[in-house]
Amino acid sequence: MSESARPLSPHLQIYKWQLTMTLSILHRATGIALAVGTILVLALLVALAAGPDTYATVRGFCGSPFGLFLLLGWSWALCFHLFNGIRHLLWDTGWGFEIPRAYATGWSVVALSFVLTALIWACVFARGGVV
Amino acid sequence: MNATDLQTPLKRARGLGSAKSGTGHFIIQRVTAIALIPLVLWIVYLALALLHADYAQSRALVHQPINALLLIAFVIAAFWHAQLGVQVVIEDYVHTRWIEVAAQLAVKFACVLGALASALAVVRIALGQ
Repeated sequence: MSESARPLSPHLQIYKWQLTMTLSILHRATGIALAVGTILVLALLVALAAGPDTYATVRGFCGSPFGLFLLLGWSWALCFHLFNGIRHLLWDTGWGFEIPRAYATGWSVVALSFVLTALIWACVFARGGVV
Repeated sequence: MNATDLQTPLKRARGLGSAKSGTGHFIIQRVTAIALIPLVLWIVYLALALLHADYAQSRALVHQPINALLLIAFVIAAFWHAQLGVQVVIEDYVHTRWIEVAAQLAVKFACVLGALASALAVVRIALGQ
């Protein structure tokens, strides 16, 4: 941080918006969100082991408006991180770096993430909602 | 480096700080990612099954050995993958050394405790009635 005389690379506001940079930062953001969301899995399991009353409390939180808002966000974050993670794994094999292909896989990830999220919530409502 | 300097670039690099670890982080991040692909799809399926189960039915579901096994595999892979990911975020954005070290330790401890507590809860249900 102390090298001063060296030129700085242009930062975000210089660049025109691109899909690829958006998906890149979204992968990180959804990853952080999901790391926090793992606490809900922990809470549900610990409550299930603890007893019916504790479990009812955690389930009640999940069914509350704020809980539903979190679950909706986490479900999409999970779907996005899943598909974009597969995109990253494909890159790790050396496949998909050509710019048209990076855009094609990028838009596919966006579409698939919404499709799978919708599918999950369709299953939820087909079974009669959350509570 | 100039032409009369007989030191190799390696000599100059030594002691100036390394990446602190090799490719281990990269590889474990990928291995847990690959493990999480099927595990996450299965956990969504299990969550949908638990949605309208009452308390006893939910316990009975987690009590089944295959579900208990996959749940423990999921929480270990998930907390491990989370720790590795958050570690890189902290490395990238936290530039005050002691805050970075404290944050890395806190995240590591939290993730290990989270994985252990989740696994213990599953074991209690799996071995209980």
